[in-house]
Amino acid sequence: MDRRELARALSTAESITAPARPLEPWRVLGVTGSPGVGKSCLVDRIATHWLSCGERVAILAVDPSSPISGGALLGDRMRMASVDAGDNVFFRSIATRNVPGGLPSRLNRMVDLLVQEGWTRIIIETVGSGQSEIRIVAVADRLLLVEGPARGDVIQAEKAGVLELADLVVVNKSDLDGADRVADEIRLSLNLSEGESAPVILCSAETGDGVDEMFAAIDNLPNARGPAIARARERLLATHQENLLSHPNFSDAIKGLSEGRLSIEEALSMLQ
Amino acid sequence: MGALFPLREVQGCFTARQVMATPLRIIIAKPGLDGHDRGAKVVARALRDAGHEVIYTGLRRTPEQIVRIAMDEDAQVVGLSSLSGAHGFLFPRVCELLRESGLEDIVVFGGGIIPERDRPALIEAGVSAIFGPGTTSTEMIEFLEGLEV
Repeated sequence: MDRRELARALSTAESITAPARPLEPWRVLGVTGSPGVGKSCLVDRIATHWLSCGERVAILAVDPSSPISGGALLGDRMRMASVDAGDNVFFRSIATRNVPGGLPSRLNRMVDLLVQEGWTRIIIETVGSGQSEIRIVAVADRLLLVEGPARGDVIQAEKAGVLELADLVVVNKSDLDGADRVADEIRLSLNLSEGESAPVILCSAETGDGVDEMFAAIDNLPNARGPAIARARERLLATHQENLLSHPNFSDAIKGLSEGRLSIEEALSMLQ
Repeated sequence: MGALFPLREVQGCFTARQVMATPLRIIIAKPGLDGHDRGAKVVARALRDAGHEVIYTGLRRTPEQIVRIAMDEDAQVVGLSSLSGAHGFLFPRVCELLRESGLEDIVVFGGGIIPERDRPALIEAGVSAIFGPGTTSTEMIEFLEGLEV
């Protein structure tokens, strides 16, 4: 499959029939974190590092579709000029198309195809917010959570889920005030949980400080740390939600519900 | 930004495609050394609001990079924006590279400061339409919606 055929095949991921990839050695790094913490710049650094190691790197960058128009403005690649040249790097922008429940399995198939086609490292960069976020990152073999300074209380309830699953936490923008304190807070929070906690690394994608330590930590990640049960749970829920959304009676059930003709139990029974 | 062009009108003008098909994937690109991208961003936003998936390349891309982006993103349309006067070289070069890469089915349109006298040569080179200052977003979107892609 040449580059163009691959690009086309990724557009029809639903019909992809690549064999499921082996879980080890791990290949898929999920990168998540709130908007503005510097995910794209870090992904650029990580991709450049892997390319220099001779890996073939594919990046899938997920951005939200507009809930009003269904359109999307996909701008992640403008921050990653390094990905526009060279045969060993592939970058694809992906819109959620307002089916977050369906996106994980689509992504999973895209990843399987990329692995089959000889891409050795795959980075999934996510939107950075919401419950569907956790579903999407459940596709990744390893998960990197990016945080930054000056975000107020970093241990927000919404982050708890991702923080538990993260294999590595990177506090970016270490050149700005407050990054040390954020890293300390995260370490403290992680130390309260049972078992070995994920490493927390300070770095600056802007200046390059600490990025070598981040590369070393990524390349030496042990077995997936995120509790296997939590990951399996997200994968199961994602698949279930996708099945629900693609059920032929789904829109009828919604219509019935909205018009008050159906109770929630009756609607659910239509979707069995 | 919302007051600059009639978003509501844009949204209402072609719901047919939105309902019936997957969105167009459109690259909005800034070839060459031109650093002005307000227009490109307004166009990108209008196309998004019309229900399409728009990939903005960022400033200062080479024709080679733009063709490569169009291929990887499986785009049907490439929009080129130039206000620096280099369109006479850059636009035909993108068209030529698309053909060399077997991507001649991708539709190319242009915008920016493109003098009338330069336009016939660009059309000849493979640019399907040129939208200058004063074009409404509706006009541009109707053109894209009418494409057989």
